[in-house]
Amino acid sequence: MEIKVVKDILGANEQIARKNRQLFDSNRVFVVNVMASPGAGKTSVIMETIKRLKGKTRVGVVEGDISSSLDAEAISKEEVPVVQINTGGECHLDANMTATALGDLPLKDIDLLLIENVGNLVCPAEFSLGEDLRILISSTPEGDDKPFKYPLMFHEADVVLINKIDLLPYLKFDVDAFSKTIKGINRKVEIFPVSCTTGQGIDEWVDWILGRMGQK
Amino acid sequence: MHELAITQSMLDLVLKQAEEAEAEKVGKINLVIGEMTGVVGRCVQFYFDFLSKGTPAEGAALNFKVIPTTARCRDCHEEFKLGEFDWTCPHCQSNNIEITGGKELFVESIEVE
Repeated sequence: MEIKVVKDILGANEQIARKNRQLFDSNRVFVVNVMASPGAGKTSVIMETIKRLKGKTRVGVVEGDISSSLDAEAISKEEVPVVQINTGGECHLDANMTATALGDLPLKDIDLLLIENVGNLVCPAEFSLGEDLRILISSTPEGDDKPFKYPLMFHEADVVLINKIDLLPYLKFDVDAFSKTIKGINRKVEIFPVSCTTGQGIDEWVDWILGRMGQK
Repeated sequence: MHELAITQSMLDLVLKQAEEAEAEKVGKINLVIGEMTGVVGRCVQFYFDFLSKGTPAEGAALNFKVIPTTARCRDCHEEFKLGEFDWTCPHCQSNNIEITGGKELFVESIEVE
């Protein structure tokens, strides 16, 4: 006997993500899922964002890594609440792992929650966490061909930060062609060229995120 | 690597459907997978063989329908298959395109006894 199913394989994750979102909304927390390949600068962007938001908004961080708490320790020096999730081998965060971490965060005292996903350009794109915004950090040394290799990630991102633009003089990275490729398939995307080393572009990004938070 | 989590999720869904139908055994699972998801069929098969052991779905055949990544030009409305390193419309060369297929990831049907 054949049974018609036609159900999303990741429907269970979506259900938990919806519950997370309700929890975030009831606590008035704006949530950003930060995705990138390893070494693109996720932790650096988070640190720079926290520094510039001091006194303007209350930030919390969830750090997702396969193992270690190096990033969480670095971020805790900025005196913001931070929770480390070690996925124990899984290549992405999912809604359930996120839900587990939320119990350890003072959500009522957080306006902006930055969730650093596991460094990976494939798997995190599939798993919603209940976030308001998906940002993708793509760094110039990775090359400007990445949208073609990881189309889903670039298609799903709300914001792309092109990081390490201070290295552009030494690389063959065409910022205009890269941006045009992404905008071609993703009309809603906002693109910010930034450098965490020189600070270039970070203020623009931070102002934009503050604006988006105000719209929620 | 996401195939482990995806296969577990797929198996949970299939077992629930089989239970609701009061089936004793699942013979075949028909899956629809979009090219853009990057889900690799033989990895799903590998994890499935391992995860389904001792369940009514053990030994079930997995059938994959792979959907190519397709797009529609927002300017001239041409529909086409997305090129590997060329994301422009083959008709008018516009890069203003909309992805129309390739993100699918669902269980279409199961065959049970």
